[in-house]
Amino acid sequence: MIAQFGYGVLVLTFIVTIYSVIAAYIAADRKSSSLAESARRAMLLTFPLLTVSALSLIYLLVYNHFEVAFVYEVTSRSMPTYLKITAWWGGQAGSLVFWSWLLSAFTSAATLRKWDRDRELLPWVIVVTGITLAFFLVMVVFFENPFASMWFDKSGEMVKAMFLPNGATAVPLQLDGRGLNPLLRHPGMVIHPPMLYLGFVSFVIPYAFAMAALITGRTDDRWIRLTRRWALWAWLFLSFGLVLGGRWAYDVLGWGGYWGWDPVEIAAFMPWLTGTAFLHSVMIQEKRGLLKQWNMILIILTYALVIFGTFLTRSGVLSSVHAFAQSAIGPLFFGFIGLTFITSIALLIKRWPELHAETEMKSMLSREALFLLNNLLFMSVLVVCFWGVIFPLISELVTGSKVTVGPPFYERATAPLFAALMLLMGIAPLSAWGHSTVQTLGRALWKSALAAVITTGIIFATYTQNVIALIGFFLIAFVLFVTFQEFWRATRARQKTQDENFFMSLLTLIGRNRRRYGGYIIHISMMLMAIGILGIEIFQTQTQGTLAINQKVEIGGYQVEYSEIAQFQGPDSRQVTRAVVNIYQDGEYLGQVYPRIDFYTDSQQNMTIPGQRATLRDDLYVLLVDWQPVSSNGATFKIYVNPLVNWLWIGSLLFLIGVVIAAWPDKDPERASVHASRRTHQTSAAD
Amino acid sequence: MNRTLNQKSLRITYYVLLFLFLTLALNFTPIKVVYAQDPTPSDDQVNEIARQLYCPVCENTPLDVCPTEACRQWRALIRQMISEGRTEAEIKQYFVENYGARVLGAPPATGLNRLVYIIPPVIILAGAFFLFRALKEWTKPATASATPGASEAKPVAQDDYITRLEEELKKRK
Amino acid sequence: MTEIKDTAPKRGVPMWAQAIIWGLLIVLLIIVGLGLNRAQQGTVQPGDKIPDFRLPLFKGYEYEGRSEVKLYDFRGKVVVLNFWASWCKPCEQEAAELQQAWKANKASGEVIFLGADYVDTEPEARAYLKKFEIDFYNGPDMGTKISQLFRMKGVPETYFIDREGVLQYVKVGPFASADEIQIHIDELLK
Repeated sequence: MIAQFGYGVLVLTFIVTIYSVIAAYIAADRKSSSLAESARRAMLLTFPLLTVSALSLIYLLVYNHFEVAFVYEVTSRSMPTYLKITAWWGGQAGSLVFWSWLLSAFTSAATLRKWDRDRELLPWVIVVTGITLAFFLVMVVFFENPFASMWFDKSGEMVKAMFLPNGATAVPLQLDGRGLNPLLRHPGMVIHPPMLYLGFVSFVIPYAFAMAALITGRTDDRWIRLTRRWALWAWLFLSFGLVLGGRWAYDVLGWGGYWGWDPVEIAAFMPWLTGTAFLHSVMIQEKRGLLKQWNMILIILTYALVIFGTFLTRSGVLSSVHAFAQSAIGPLFFGFIGLTFITSIALLIKRWPELHAETEMKSMLSREALFLLNNLLFMSVLVVCFWGVIFPLISELVTGSKVTVGPPFYERATAPLFAALMLLMGIAPLSAWGHSTVQTLGRALWKSALAAVITTGIIFATYTQNVIALIGFFLIAFVLFVTFQEFWRATRARQKTQDENFFMSLLTLIGRNRRRYGGYIIHISMMLMAIGILGIEIFQTQTQGTLAINQKVEIGGYQVEYSEIAQFQGPDSRQVTRAVVNIYQDGEYLGQVYPRIDFYTDSQQNMTIPGQRATLRDDLYVLLVDWQPVSSNGATFKIYVNPLVNWLWIGSLLFLIGVVIAAWPDKDPERASVHASRRTHQTSAAD
Repeated sequence: MNRTLNQKSLRITYYVLLFLFLTLALNFTPIKVVYAQDPTPSDDQVNEIARQLYCPVCENTPLDVCPTEACRQWRALIRQMISEGRTEAEIKQYFVENYGARVLGAPPATGLNRLVYIIPPVIILAGAFFLFRALKEWTKPATASATPGASEAKPVAQDDYITRLEEELKKRK
Repeated sequence: MTEIKDTAPKRGVPMWAQAIIWGLLIVLLIIVGLGLNRAQQGTVQPGDKIPDFRLPLFKGYEYEGRSEVKLYDFRGKVVVLNFWASWCKPCEQEAAELQQAWKANKASGEVIFLGADYVDTEPEARAYLKKFEIDFYNGPDMGTKISQLFRMKGVPETYFIDREGVLQYVKVGPFASADEIQIHIDELLK
């Protein structure tokens, strides 16, 4: 009964959404504000409706209603309640409802604001978000219905449907469900999909505003200022979703790595690339009225990549460890993609002349020009990633044979591009708006560059002679010095004019100019992450071997000793095999780690969880491997030493702080006058 | 004479017994350190090659971490091939012939697959070309006035910076 | 207000650029559409003509002294092509049944059983064949070429090809009994 109710509410939401889209369209056409208001209210209504439907689904999940096919597929009696709730997004049908719910939440938040200054944009924003929401609801209502049950139809085949098909009989009630994929049953893993979805879905809002701007011809930067904070938060969620995915892969997957260049990972990474370029590029439009065409291209690309990535993951086109199972939504999704791409490009081409620059670019080394180079570099990484994802498809179609495009390709192709981006990260903050020559830039840079060279020299003497690593460390040091220099100089300048101590000056500086200094903190955090990435990618060592009890193996200065083994029933229908391993360094006892293998009896799958000892210097990462059966006679261990990897996680925490600072609202965001700062006389940011 | 013969045969017996004892003893001693000292290739040697190959049946899973029965067999196969003295290149070639090109991490640069390595640089260079051309176009009329402007800005840069900072701070108060 | 310097004329997107953009978009949509189509397609279906393929044979399984067979060698006979692997548990369920059906039809000379070993290792494959005393022609599917030809989705799968080389029946999963195999053979012998 609850299932029918939940489904009914979904259908109702679909109808309301369609009404909202039509009303908004007519409102825009006839410039009727009452119709626009009606459309707005209808859109606001979708959120409570979807919440009710989602709650029904969660109720079914928590209370073991296995007659509903989705509940059977993703839950089981032994799962703890919090996992049953998160099973909401643990399968195709439920996660589509989750998507829709998030979309209606964000659209409602966007439409709740005061629209007085932007009346003509509102109806079109509703049309665009409404069509997207309607599309997802069509998929749920007609194709991937989480409230459907299983039936035996006339020919005896199992079929999923909401209501009793003709001549069919009900499948007997299952006593227990299949259970969620064990990979999703880790507390850390619970937050990774929602974070990614938050990022994906929130990019719809800036896109909708951009489309509204193109349709109405209001191609000034109004749409950007309205959605700047949306874009920043969307970018935060997406970045965090990616980082959490990496952390979870490292902690739980047991492959010793954090990023596999899997096609679905890349599908989430591509919108991040264009999103980052977009966030930088809009600064130029606000300050100098340039790059308007770029900003349109970038936001359209970001949204298009979000939809395209979602399609690739869910349609079965790509083979991946992440992919959902085959589904009927593929063709529908394909149609939606075609529609999105074609309308966006057509609108952009139509309005292209009106997106002309308001001022001119003065020099090839000005900040504007460097941001243009920034865009080019991000787009280049995008080209590499996109081509790597699409090529296996082409190869299979043309030659009939499958190929893998994997880490060797991506790493070699993107490394120089990322290095160039890091170099830019060091140079651009010191470049001036407008005029800049090699001399002015050189004068600004030389101190940081020298400091970076000295640092690299020290690293060369004490740590490594690996050329790639040294280049990487040089670039990281360079960016860090430049960024610290920016903080230092501005704080000192402020100190001179105010009577404050250094610390107060620094805090007030950051507080008064959150975007810039939040951004610099983000740059610093990225460099910390780069330290971690360099460490693990270049200096990782590993060894594997079978040990008897009390036997040791040596790696990277550590001695790892197999001490004990235990097997027991864990919570959530797990059979746990847990080893106790002692760690020594140069004979000195450091501690114990507990690698284990969890076997989930309901889904018959294994999880290998590493035991880790984390320090700033490196990570000792011990896995129980089941190449041979594990026993007290002998167990096979695979041990990694990952130098510097914890800087990756430290950097990501600092990143979170940086984005929160950058996105923190000013008292009155509208008052931050952009026009006042757009001057044509030169301002030099460096001496 | 008898005594020397006895001594000699004793010595021989002694060495033979020593030899037998050592052979037996070494066979019963547990292996203390896991290095590739014995003839069977170590797990590390197998992993070194398996890391670079991908499981032909699972999706995008490297061969050294793949948990399935099939992958277990393939790792045993690699171990055997190493002990036969095959090189890494030979082993990879064998896998490609038997299981197709998808076992490699990146397509071999033959035939259509050459496009994998050619297209991205071409597009990126084309993009860079268009970018620099556009930049040149935009900055051409301004270059004449650029140099005198920059040198004027320099002496006042320090105070200008402070002034600008104050202006921005006042705006945001 | 700022002074607006318009050094660039208000141009639309030039025709050649538009042609490239739309062209690329159409190509992308076609590729993705075809990829989607292929993903949604199942295996090769009854009614399709099967192109010729080459199956190298394991030592000891020679056909007329040759260590390799082609599908077209068997034109005029009914061909039962079975994909299997030693690591595949369900395959073991039907191994004995397949051998039984082969023995029953061997004498007539009208039916050929072919076994294609899918991504397997030779020692384990041989052990499997020996265990079930399989003696119909068997060999490895080198480079997975044959299974990709049939768009095989998993093992075991069996394809029944008639005398003219047209696929008539696909069995996904293990056979329940030798009779089941015989039924389909008899259909094609008619």
